[in-house]
Amino acid sequence: MRRLIQLAALAALSLGAAFGPASLTPARADDESLPHVNWSFSGPFGTYDRAALQRGFLVYQQVCSACHSMNYLYYRNLEEIGLTEEQVKAIAASVTVPGGVNDQGQPIERPGLPSDHFKAPFPNEQAARAASNGALPPDQSDLVNAREGGPDYIYAILIGYSDPPPGVKLMPGMSYNKYFPGHQIAMPQPLQDGSVQYTDGTKPTLDQEAKDVVTFLTWAANPEMEERKRDGVRVVLFLLFLTGVVYAVKRRVWVDVH
Amino acid sequence: MVGLHKSEFESPVIRWIDSRLPVFTLMQKEYRAFPTPKNFNYLWNFGAIATVMLLMMIATGIFLAMNYVPNTDLAFASVEHIMRDVNWGWLIRYAHMNGASMFFIAVYIHIFRGLYYGSYKAPRELLWMIGVVILLVMMATAFMGYVLPWGQMSYWGATVITNLFSAFPYVGKYIVTWLWGGFAVGQPTLNRFFALHYLLPFVILGVVLLHVAALHITGSNNPLGIDVKSPQDTVPFHPYYTIKDSVGLCVFFLIYAGFIFFYPKFFADADNWIPANPLQTPAEIVPEWYFLPFYAILRSVPNKLGGVLMMFGSIVVLFFLPWLDTSPVRSARFRPIYRVTFWLLVLSAVALGMVGAHRPQGIWVVIGRVATLYYFFHFLVLLPILGKIERPLPLPESISRPVLGGGPLPGGVAAKPMEKA
Repeated sequence: MRRLIQLAALAALSLGAAFGPASLTPARADDESLPHVNWSFSGPFGTYDRAALQRGFLVYQQVCSACHSMNYLYYRNLEEIGLTEEQVKAIAASVTVPGGVNDQGQPIERPGLPSDHFKAPFPNEQAARAASNGALPPDQSDLVNAREGGPDYIYAILIGYSDPPPGVKLMPGMSYNKYFPGHQIAMPQPLQDGSVQYTDGTKPTLDQEAKDVVTFLTWAANPEMEERKRDGVRVVLFLLFLTGVVYAVKRRVWVDVH
Repeated sequence: MVGLHKSEFESPVIRWIDSRLPVFTLMQKEYRAFPTPKNFNYLWNFGAIATVMLLMMIATGIFLAMNYVPNTDLAFASVEHIMRDVNWGWLIRYAHMNGASMFFIAVYIHIFRGLYYGSYKAPRELLWMIGVVILLVMMATAFMGYVLPWGQMSYWGATVITNLFSAFPYVGKYIVTWLWGGFAVGQPTLNRFFALHYLLPFVILGVVLLHVAALHITGSNNPLGIDVKSPQDTVPFHPYYTIKDSVGLCVFFLIYAGFIFFYPKFFADADNWIPANPLQTPAEIVPEWYFLPFYAILRSVPNKLGGVLMMFGSIVVLFFLPWLDTSPVRSARFRPIYRVTFWLLVLSAVALGMVGAHRPQGIWVVIGRVATLYYFFHFLVLLPILGKIERPLPLPESISRPVLGGGPLPGGVAAKPMEKA
């Protein structure tokens, strides 16, 4: 029996070693370990910091959206980060979108509506590459989900720029980033101190801007998260209660058998 | 025999139906009075749990299919639409995604329980083999389901796995083209995978019914592995096991809910949030965790065809297990050597899972090969020999004796295989 327990413990240990980290996929091959940020949305009860979301949207709007699309979001979704209906209407109306055809069959344009998807900066992939030194800026709707390390990784990339260490030669148009796999990234450093002007008096340091925009991107990729966790607490509480009741009934039913 | 069934129900309506279509008698006989060994431990929950997970997958899958579009240009966006715009779409999708993993967890525990307590031995050989068929169809279903979101890992996983068939000489490349419906994974592949992914769960359901039907002929095995000797050894299935299965189901669903609501991407691969791109291969192509041990076996063999054959062989060998294991004693409790080899098998399966998640280099190659060898050695060499040389511990006289008595066992039963009678 002791032998059995030892073996089971060994199996459990190896299982833990394999599945211990927050994901089953193998660690990134890159050596640089990511900074670990204590996000407002971390953990089973975390929620999105509304102020950070709105500041993050400002960063996205003024910096990221110059190159990155966010195709799966609607302008109306911005009400979820605390913007008013009027603000959302104004943001949507600031772009023009294709509006079908007129009576003569000619394509026309119209101002955006809250029910429109976010307008992409480029009409197609070729245009995006042509304007971005041949690289394709990825769509940001799911970016946080689509990268190993999630929010920590995106944050790391944003703050990871520096001059290349001696001996490292960059290809033309590339920048050095210690967190990017291979360390050569086609995106020039997007954020610096003071890249945006916050309206709520927060000091726009690089670190602050990076954290805010990552919060916004995490929301954009997981807009259901707060509702999900809220429902989850209810479901788990209910199941705990149910488990207790069912177990009590089980004891009762089996009392005459043992 | 033709004629109305003699129904024993009192209600005239039920009696009327039952005498023409005796479904009530069937339920009464198979799910209420069905005599079940009274000494099950909680490992016996997992058959019921797996059944519930199958129903869960079918239920969530039908609602996903109402919103999913099996088109290479629209599939990824339709999944995004489900996640963002469909009411409760995120819940249904996360329940389905994590449900696949929970289903495999339940089924793997169910299988290893069968291995530990010798549930595959006579007279339950066919019951076991039907179970292996379920496992095979489940794997095919899960693989095709993973392709549907049309992310990077969907596309490249489909490419790698279908390409396995190219290892077969002469006909290989024709098989692959036939599977794809073209010269690469594309629209025909996605469309047919969707059709099959919708069909196969109902096939599984049918085979599960056969599995249960066979079980109700032989009756259940039990932790002692000895036959039921008298009615004292059993309890009616309802309420004793309906309530005990419910306890296990509740705990299982607690864990399931924990994943869905708090860690919905625990089992997921980040690359699958990138839309499929045939021009860009991901740095690592890793299958879902429940395929990792088989993937590791595939990569542990230096020859492509050999690897493919070994991978399929690792399941095929299970079909022959009832005859490979020559010991008449079922439960590992009374087989001191088998017990050790069983845990080594578990260890090698876990090790293979880890190997499958890592690049095949350095120590992982060695571990993968050792574990692969042990896996086959266990089934093909150890089990046939063990039955001949192992000296089993004394078996209890009956199920109710150790439960009720607890006293020392009578000496006469020492090392006497219980199957001889």
